[in-house]
Amino acid sequence: MRMSGPLLKVEDLTKHYPIGAGFLRKPFSAVRAVEDVSFSVEAGETLCIVGESGCGKSTVARLLMRLVDPTGGRVLIDGTDIAGLKKHELRAYRRRMQMVFQDPYSSLNPRLTAGQIITEPVENYERLSRKQREALAADLLHKVGMSPEMMHRLPSELSGGQRQRLGIARALALKPSIIIADEAVSALDVSVQAQILNLLMDLQQQLGIAFVFISHDLGVVEHLGHRVAVMYLGRIVELATCEALFAQPVHPYTEALIASAPVPDPTRVRLEAPVAGEVPSPINPPDGCAFHPRCPLAVERCRIEVPPLVPMTDGRVVACHVRAPASGLQAQSAAERDCPTVRLAGANESIRKSEKPNIT
Amino acid sequence: MTLPAATLEITPTAPLGFSGLARIARRHPLVLIGGGLLALLIVLALSASLYAGDPGNMDPFKRLQPPSAEMWFGSDHLGRDVFARTIFGARISLMVGLASAACAALVGLLIGILAGYNRMFDNIVMRVMDGLMSIPTILLAIALISLTGPGIGILIVAIAIPETPAVARLVRSVVLSVRERPYVEAALCGGARLHKVLWRHILPSTIPALMVQGAIVCASAIMTEAALSFLGAGVPPEIPSWGNMIASSRLYLAIAPLTIFGPGICLAVTVLAVNLLGDGLRDMFDPRAKRRR
Amino acid sequence: MQMHNTIRDEVLLDVRSLETHFYGEESVTHALGGISFQIMKGETVGVVGESGCGKSVTALSILRLLPKLTARTVGGEVRFHGQDLLKLSEQEMRKIRGGKIAMIFQDPMTSLNPVYTVGHQIAEAIQIHTGVSRSSALTEAEEMLRFVRIADPERRVSNYPYEMSGGMRQRVMIAMALACSPELLIADEPTTALDVTIQAQILRLIVDLKERTGTAVMFITHDLGVVAETCQRVIVMYAGRIVEQASVMDLFARPMHPYTQALMHSVPDRRRGRQSRLPEIPGIVPNLRDPIIGCSFAPRCPFAIDICREKTPVLRDIESGHAAACWRSEEIVCA
Repeated sequence: MRMSGPLLKVEDLTKHYPIGAGFLRKPFSAVRAVEDVSFSVEAGETLCIVGESGCGKSTVARLLMRLVDPTGGRVLIDGTDIAGLKKHELRAYRRRMQMVFQDPYSSLNPRLTAGQIITEPVENYERLSRKQREALAADLLHKVGMSPEMMHRLPSELSGGQRQRLGIARALALKPSIIIADEAVSALDVSVQAQILNLLMDLQQQLGIAFVFISHDLGVVEHLGHRVAVMYLGRIVELATCEALFAQPVHPYTEALIASAPVPDPTRVRLEAPVAGEVPSPINPPDGCAFHPRCPLAVERCRIEVPPLVPMTDGRVVACHVRAPASGLQAQSAAERDCPTVRLAGANESIRKSEKPNIT
Repeated sequence: MTLPAATLEITPTAPLGFSGLARIARRHPLVLIGGGLLALLIVLALSASLYAGDPGNMDPFKRLQPPSAEMWFGSDHLGRDVFARTIFGARISLMVGLASAACAALVGLLIGILAGYNRMFDNIVMRVMDGLMSIPTILLAIALISLTGPGIGILIVAIAIPETPAVARLVRSVVLSVRERPYVEAALCGGARLHKVLWRHILPSTIPALMVQGAIVCASAIMTEAALSFLGAGVPPEIPSWGNMIASSRLYLAIAPLTIFGPGICLAVTVLAVNLLGDGLRDMFDPRAKRRR
Repeated sequence: MQMHNTIRDEVLLDVRSLETHFYGEESVTHALGGISFQIMKGETVGVVGESGCGKSVTALSILRLLPKLTARTVGGEVRFHGQDLLKLSEQEMRKIRGGKIAMIFQDPMTSLNPVYTVGHQIAEAIQIHTGVSRSSALTEAEEMLRFVRIADPERRVSNYPYEMSGGMRQRVMIAMALACSPELLIADEPTTALDVTIQAQILRLIVDLKERTGTAVMFITHDLGVVAETCQRVIVMYAGRIVEQASVMDLFARPMHPYTQALMHSVPDRRRGRQSRLPEIPGIVPNLRDPIIGCSFAPRCPFAIDICREKTPVLRDIESGHAAACWRSEEIVCA
């Protein structure tokens, strides 16, 4: 167990994708995929990131893995900023954090056997004899509930659930402290999804691995999350413990999201869709709070000023002018200091940051 | 729409045993016919000295003879055996064809992979490739050969250069699409170094496209060699080649009309075989074409 | 477009022992193993199951849209208003498709033509089936866009599909499908590709429009939540067969087939507590290329006994209006 400080700490992570850039050509605009995202993950904890398509949750995963380079901000693993590392320095830190991908079909090389796929990460760091490799493959397969004979199969000979188990085994190969699961169960059927969720929860219990679990499925998030960050158009709008968030959502978007999820209970009759309108484009996001065009509570201030993430008394943080006005910031942030569950890097500075000039 | 996986499955590349070859032959007759024909030609060409006479042997008394039991394809204006010359000429044609295809494929593969992975290299080298593509093949070859003098080595290089850009472009496009695949990203997440990612995950995906393109290049190289030799810019005239044989028999077409057929038909059959093989390989690697059967 | 309560119980679609095979290079996949069901006028029927269970193949078989070279419907009848669709000529079938029976798909982008405006495409659908003039078809197209609650239809009618979001494109697909007042709308996973908040809007829209037009809907989905919110009756499919069929209330209150029960339990549900182990269905879906002896769910079923492995159970009424294909349904429900 770690003595002090979170395992993973993300500060003001920002990613803008330039549009229209080319050879000797300047971009004319940018997709603001991720804006000032901050959160932390403790050892053995599951932090879920939920949101709809285009909210930037997958970009966050790719930024954490440094599959793309951030435009700004820091990603600290045990205090080391990996966002600033050179490629070869990064390799040492790659071992600490591994990723499970959404699509169990395209995330496995169709030309390699199961054994080759799951032992490859280790072979990137050390030489293995044939015996060692087979022992390692058998061990990893055992961890994810598959029999060792499977190591000679090709991915095309396996079912979707088995393939996703392989994806998890590959992520486990380097004994990481954190696994980032990007929609890891979304492509699976419900019965298989249950198997994989159980596996993930077992692994967390046995190995103490922390998860950053990215999903659009609120049912899944509520089932295995410890804390949840809700993202909308590149920003975190609410971050709270799982119980608190689902019991009483504060941000109007969180509320709409939870209310929109279909419930397998025919006695519940819904008369109205919880929220009208569509998600705006991240190329040209609305001024002020990005949710204001769809928000039933929106006031004048929401159209002008980006709401800062404000700590509430129960430890959660919410970015909403109406439900979480920033006036009580001082008192609440004092309360927040005593509350260990939510560590909010940079919440106090977000007012200043929202005034940053647009990069266009 | 969910279809049963069976209809969409791409055959995994399993190690090829005899039964694997037999299965390919049954499912893809074009590969069998083209490959078989090409293999036969190669065997015939390599074992030429066992059964064909000396292609350089001149017999002034037997000039421009029609085909006979002694000389199957007749004789040319110097009294040389056209059959022997055709068979030995096959060596040149096939060697030039295969060697230039191999050169173009290898260089194109290298350039394509680097261009697919490095923006800067891509921008510069692909512009050069565009420039190369705009020069007519024959003109470039003639220019190169007139600089160095005729020879088989320079011929291979001269034919390979203009074919390279097409290969490079193809490989580059495959690399660009494969490098975005999750399994390549997964390899990077697992700490794989770039060269390993290229070698283990990206290179194998380019092989099918490369083989198909290689066959096309090979067919076109055989034609180009014949054309250059026909024009007198190819192999030196003392070495028999289908191109210079066709060129010399053209002059005596009125006296000995049949001597042109030996090299002509061989050229056509060879190019056909290579093209059939290329088409067959394309169908074999393309899952959509397979389903259309 | 009036709803007639008097003809509510008239059978609209009557599928009898429908059997569809897919042909691979060396094998035959029995995608549909003889399924029978009915859809009444104005009724919304949900078809649920996991991937590969044959729910989409059912829709494609009804409309005869299966890929010609690899699949064939080898047996059964599809009676629509008493007429067997499988016996119609291709030309007669074209009139039915898009006219009397319309279909919407999961991905609206692939079913819309990218080079024509959405107004043009809706108008064309109207023209083909009603033969009205171009200009009145265009006016009607705009009316249809308003009908599916697209904001600003005057402007949207001249938009191209790529200028619209996924949710809006699905609204256009619905507008196009409803343009010819079909009697049956087949919706194949219409909200699966959409975000939750948009999904809620589209589901609401489908339910509302169904109420207003009296169109019967066959709603294919993998999501039990979606079924609970939209459907009146539910058909549960597994391995190419119907395993249970009931009204939505009965099904969710008293699932009678072990597969339905397992499916419901494996969805995370806040009522059962967080972080708990989810009940899994052990094993995997059977390969439909191999012949199945007995009940296809038996190898994964906790209740399986000898008869389940030997004889295939037929779909039978356990209670009135609630059918299941299981030898032990009575005992299981009581347990």
